[in-house]
Amino acid sequence: MKSLKGKGTPALLRNDSTSALLTELVAHLRQNRTQLREEWARRITESQLLTAMTKEEIFVEATSVYDNYVAVLETGSVEALQAYARDLSERIIPRGVETHEVVGIVLLLRDVLARSLFKKYQSDFALLNRVLDAYEPAANRIANTVAVGFVQERERIIRQQQEAIRELSTPVLQVRERLLILPIIGVIDPQRARQLTEQLLRGIRSNRAKVVVIDITGVPAVDATVANHLVQTVDASRLMGATVIVTGLSAEIAQTLVTIGVDLSKMKTIGDLQGGIEEAERLLGYKVILEAVETPPAMKRPAV
Amino acid sequence: MRVPILKQGHYLIASIQSALTDADLLQLRDDLAEMAGKYRSRGIIVDVTALDVMDSFAVRTLRAIAHILRMRGARTVIVGIQPDVAFAMVQMGLTLGDTQTALDLEEGLDLLERGRDPRE
Repeated sequence: MKSLKGKGTPALLRNDSTSALLTELVAHLRQNRTQLREEWARRITESQLLTAMTKEEIFVEATSVYDNYVAVLETGSVEALQAYARDLSERIIPRGVETHEVVGIVLLLRDVLARSLFKKYQSDFALLNRVLDAYEPAANRIANTVAVGFVQERERIIRQQQEAIRELSTPVLQVRERLLILPIIGVIDPQRARQLTEQLLRGIRSNRAKVVVIDITGVPAVDATVANHLVQTVDASRLMGATVIVTGLSAEIAQTLVTIGVDLSKMKTIGDLQGGIEEAERLLGYKVILEAVETPPAMKRPAV
Repeated sequence: MRVPILKQGHYLIASIQSALTDADLLQLRDDLAEMAGKYRSRGIIVDVTALDVMDSFAVRTLRAIAHILRMRGARTVIVGIQPDVAFAMVQMGLTLGDTQTALDLEEGLDLLERGRDPRE
C-alpha cells in the first residue's frame, strides 16, 4: 500500500524530492566517512570475510569502495563503479577471494549505512521512509553492479584459461620425415577429442604423414567414450592414408577396456612411446643403427 | 558429369572433378568395371580430392567399386580424402571397410607399386 501511495505523487515532484534527499544523504555519508568506514571494516573482520587479505589492505579497499559507493549515490551513474568493480575483481580473484565474500562486504556496507540512517532520522519516521525510498534502490543497484562485475570477471578468467589449456594441449609434432607424434596429456572430453582429431588430420595433410603415433600415457582415464573417440581418430586418419599406432596404454587402462568390453582390435597398439616410434620407423623403412659402441673410453678422455 | 578415367600403364586413374550425383557414381562404377577388364588393369585409383562432401551412398558405391574390382583382379585405392570429409565420415559412422586409402595420387601410385599396404 505504501508504494501505491508513493506512486500517487506526481513523478516530477517525487524525482525532485528524491534527488534532494539523496544530496542530503550523500552529505551525511561524507561527513561521517571516517567513522562509518571504520565501522564497516570492523564488521568485515568480525564476519571473517576477505580472510585472504591483511587488515591494512581491507582498510584501503574499504576506503575506495566507500567513496565509490557514495559517488554512485550522488551521481546515480554506475559506470565508474563498474570499472572499479572490474579492477577490484582482477586484483582479488587471484588471491582466492570468493563470490560470497565480495557480495557479503557490499551488503555489510549497505547495512552499516542503513543503520546510520536509522539513527539519524529516528525521530521523524515519515522522513526516514522517504530517505529509505531514495537510498534502497540505489544501494541495491550498487550491490548488483559489484556482484555482476565480480562474476563476469571470474567467467572471463575461466574462459581465458580454458582457451589457454586448449591451445597448449595438442601439439602435433613431426619426428621424422612422414612420421608424426601426438602426445595427449590430460582428460579427453568430446570437444577436445574433436579438436585433436581435426588438428591431427590437418597435420597429416600438411606434413604428408604416413604414420602417426598417438601417445596416451598422460591420459588419466580411458573409458568407453574416450576409446570411441580414439577409434574415430584412427579411422579418420586411416581414410587419409595414414597408419595410426596408439601407445601408452597402461596395464590398468588395458584391463578396464577389456573389462568394459571395448574392442580396440582394429587399432595398432604398442606398449610405450619408444616401441611405437620404433614400429613406425620400421613401417617407414628406416633402420636406426647405434654407431658409437665405444663411448665409455671416449667419455673418459676429457676427464683425464 | 561423367568422371574421366585415365589409363596409366597397368593402372586406371579416375579423377573426380566436381560433386557427383548418384547416377554419376553408378556410371563411374560401371565404367571402371568395364575398363579394368578391357585394359587388364592391376590397380585402380579413385581421386576424391575435389569432393568436400561424401554421403553414405558415395561411400557405399566406393566400397562396391573396390569389391567389384577385386573380383576382376585389381586393387583399388581411394586417394585425397580431405580432413573435414574424413572427420565427417567417422562421425556419421561411414567407413570404407578394408578398402585402401592414401593421402594423394602420388601416394596411391606408390602404394600400388609396392604392391603391399604397410598396414596389413
